[in-house]
Amino acid sequence: MNNGMMFTKTHEWVRKEGEGVVLAGLSAHAVTEMGDLVFINLPQVGTKVTAGETMADVESVKAVSDVYSPVSGVVAEVNESLADAPEKINEAPYASWIAKIESVEIPEGLMTEEEYEEYLKDI
Amino acid sequence: MGNYIPVTDAERERMKKTVGIADVSEFFAGIPEEVLLEGSLNIPEGVSELDVLRKFADISRKNVVFRSVFRGAGIYDRYIPAIVEYVTAKEEFVTAYTPYQPEISQGVLQSIFEYQTMICELTGMDVSNASVYDGATAAAEAVAMCRERNRNTVVLSEGLHPQVLEVIETYCFGSGMKIVKVPLKHGRTDTGLLSHMLDETVACVMIAQPNFLGQIEDAGVIGDMVHDAKVKFVMNCDPFSLAVLKTPAGYGADIAVGDGQSIGPAMSFGGPTFGYMACTSAMMRKLPGRIAGETVDTEGKRTFVLTLQAREQHIRREKASSNICSNQALCAMTAAVYLSSVGPEGLKTAALSSISKAHYLKNKINGLKGFESPECGEFFNEFVTHSPVEPHLLCDRLAKRGILGGLPLKGELEGYILWCTTEKNTREHMDELVEVLREVCGL
Amino acid sequence: MKLVFERSRKGAGTSYFPANDVEDRVLPEHLLRETPLRLPELSETQISRHYTKLASEVFGVNNGFYPLGSCTMKYNPRINEKIAALDGFRNIHPLQSDDTIQGALEVLSLAEKYFCEITGMDNMTFQPSAGAHGELTGVLLIKAYHHSRGDFGRTRIIVPDSAHGTNPATASMAGFTVVTIPSGKDGRVDIEALQAAAGDDVAGIMLTNPNTVGIFEKDILKITEIVHKAGGLAYYDGANLNAIMGIARPGDMNFDIVHLNLHKTFSTPHGGGGPGSGPVGCKEFLSRFLPGPVCVDEGGSYKTIMPAYSIGRVKSFYGNFLVVLRALAYVMTLGSDGIRTSCEQAVLNANYMKRRLEERFESAFAGHCMHEFVLTLAGLKKETGVSALDFAKALLDEKMHPPTMYFPLIVPEALMLEPTETESLQEMDRAVDVYMRLFELAHSDPEYFHTAPHTTSVKRPDEVLAAREPKLRYGFSE
Repeated sequence: MNNGMMFTKTHEWVRKEGEGVVLAGLSAHAVTEMGDLVFINLPQVGTKVTAGETMADVESVKAVSDVYSPVSGVVAEVNESLADAPEKINEAPYASWIAKIESVEIPEGLMTEEEYEEYLKDI
Repeated sequence: MGNYIPVTDAERERMKKTVGIADVSEFFAGIPEEVLLEGSLNIPEGVSELDVLRKFADISRKNVVFRSVFRGAGIYDRYIPAIVEYVTAKEEFVTAYTPYQPEISQGVLQSIFEYQTMICELTGMDVSNASVYDGATAAAEAVAMCRERNRNTVVLSEGLHPQVLEVIETYCFGSGMKIVKVPLKHGRTDTGLLSHMLDETVACVMIAQPNFLGQIEDAGVIGDMVHDAKVKFVMNCDPFSLAVLKTPAGYGADIAVGDGQSIGPAMSFGGPTFGYMACTSAMMRKLPGRIAGETVDTEGKRTFVLTLQAREQHIRREKASSNICSNQALCAMTAAVYLSSVGPEGLKTAALSSISKAHYLKNKINGLKGFESPECGEFFNEFVTHSPVEPHLLCDRLAKRGILGGLPLKGELEGYILWCTTEKNTREHMDELVEVLREVCGL
Repeated sequence: MKLVFERSRKGAGTSYFPANDVEDRVLPEHLLRETPLRLPELSETQISRHYTKLASEVFGVNNGFYPLGSCTMKYNPRINEKIAALDGFRNIHPLQSDDTIQGALEVLSLAEKYFCEITGMDNMTFQPSAGAHGELTGVLLIKAYHHSRGDFGRTRIIVPDSAHGTNPATASMAGFTVVTIPSGKDGRVDIEALQAAAGDDVAGIMLTNPNTVGIFEKDILKITEIVHKAGGLAYYDGANLNAIMGIARPGDMNFDIVHLNLHKTFSTPHGGGGPGSGPVGCKEFLSRFLPGPVCVDEGGSYKTIMPAYSIGRVKSFYGNFLVVLRALAYVMTLGSDGIRTSCEQAVLNANYMKRRLEERFESAFAGHCMHEFVLTLAGLKKETGVSALDFAKALLDEKMHPPTMYFPLIVPEALMLEPTETESLQEMDRAVDVYMRLFELAHSDPEYFHTAPHTTSVKRPDEVLAAREPKLRYGFSE
């Protein structure tokens, strides 16, 4: 993975933060689809996550959506500030990382920003 | 007869024409022939309103309404001020459904918000939902709230109402949670035994306060023990008793639940009543069922809505922790009207009166030969005595005198009776009961 | 409007209880409340007026048209209230001995007989307090049945994607995994998808028929056959029974288990959200698993017993008894003739409104419907920007309750209407006129809809604020 942002088909982003360490969050598209977020259920630090499996969920007033882990690894840190202010994700989705994951294994099939934008056109 | 259809025969013909059918049977053409009912249902033809009233009046007279009630065990014969019945019979409250459209449902939403506040006041807890079916299902839902990935065992005091235990067992048959029971010692949860049951697989411990035998549990000791083991503490409390007894919040409970029949609904052969559920802020998002919240409308005016709905089945579907949809809203409102009517002083008066009468009656009954009580501690409005005559036989004899005696107990307490008093039992009736007991036991 | 707490004045209460006539007994200090009990203190006049004000801001079936799809908001006959208030029903204790509650047991026994006849089942429990509660009971019966045969491998329950949210939530609660199968273009169960899902790990299917889009599953016998052949059981969600009562029976469609919503089909009041009643009926081979106690008729005298392999109680005592009583009174008033007529009228009313509305609106599914139908406002939204929500909010100004919005999930911008049989032609015509007028208005003045409602006591609430900063009780200090 390069240092740029990569995306999943389920609308998460992931960005390299250090050797074997990434930050992950929700794409602007996902956030727009959900509307105003009112709650985020953050993962617990130390949880083993698997690429493509649920690591958190976010709630708007009338919907709930799973956040899938873009990579496999261990949750090293979570963005606690989102618990009190989930609206930050609406305001700045790419600055609002949800989890810092370490010991990561990057799966096949992540998309670059350009590829993701193409992908969005098709759905 | 009496089918409540406003459309007239002439109008019906016009409607059929609009739809383009000759006969309503055309609507049912999609139903396979072998499924269509041949002939009519084997149910009598409809009858007039007067006939149906007469029929049910006759049936109702086959039930015995006792003039003097000394049986509780979960359902209490309390005095309900007349205003409560009238206010809750208002057609708007009775015929509306869940307030899905807040702009035309402020009355229902505000009444739920007021109810939630009253439950929080009684229990001392931070958050209450809008009610569940009854105290037993509230207890079962509370158990589910406490479940965590590695904590799948629930420890239940045998001081819980036997039917509450049974309902939790049924729900756990579904969820797969494991149940361990703590026996009683001298009528109260055996804390010595409990201390050995608390390991890292235990999700929660639940006790009743007062417990099924009327005993006031040593909830402080139990609460400390439970929290030291990082286990959730659930208290199943009679809300009426909380007029005077220390609150579950005071004992550090994480969740308080119970049946609300004692604060408004009539005995009603056991239903409908309602279950209340209240918890700490930390557990708020695990609370099942409807919750009303305060917000503002587009003009900044105080407005109430159903909130935190993303917890619920209609949004979360198979990921919801509970499937509850309809609750017992009108019964919860009955409680709110009851509590508003009697007020804090009235509720305390009724509670103190119930306690005083229970102590008076216990002394009186204990004074009869063969009616001694087993060793026990402080109690609220229920207590246990032995019976020198087989308890069911004894109660049959009391029934013939218009008295509903205490509840004959089962299991280890076979041969014992659980008595109950409320503010409705007068000294005269209690003295009469004691006289009748003396008489039928030949004392 | 003021909260009851804001009307409270110290010492204003009425005293309802007599003075204690025995020696006062005070419990030891350490057992007593440490915090003040801030319940409101109001005179009875104030109580009466407070709740009268609240009632004026509630919309019930008595206030007007209430076509809330899938909720069957039919008129609640007042005679049933009168019967439920009879002393001999209201003031009996559930733990009285059987010989002193023969009337109550007769009610349960008669209700079992009649509701089994209506559904084609053999036995019924009245313990479940609502539809969802009935679903849990029914799915636990399925679990108990498979376990009793030593079959522990059936871990999945099939649910169509058009189902009410309670179905998948129930299956999860009972420890099953949910298999969602898609609906076909006609809104019905996709038989091929069902066939593919029905393996030896399937415990059963949960199905509403007519389904949640108001269409009868014409292949119902095929559906139940597929499930039975796979070794599973078929569960009938009775939410839509009003569409077929007296015409066809779930039992004859080879369903094994049924729940009823007495507060929908059988006219008991919804009470602002409850109490309801969700009795569960089953075929004879499942009766031994029913929750207990159940009532047994011994030739005119009744007693209660626990079924041999009961899943156990699902609620204390006998369920919402007074609700069951009301429903029984309704069934006896209607009789076999009235039940059928009511059903036919409910279906005619729905088709009448559907046909008239289709002059402007787009139905989600063409052709005759059963007791309810779904409109999709996707086209209107695309053209005018007016969504189903906006449209519903504009209806609030018209003194009628909006339809169910955004359900079923498989229809975009859905509005689901269920007029029921107790609505008059005049009111249905008025409703159609209003819908038509608003349809035109959506094209000329969409902004009107975005700011609707305009005449209600409160306007659209800020639901985001309510969820982000939950305020779930009165704060007192403010």
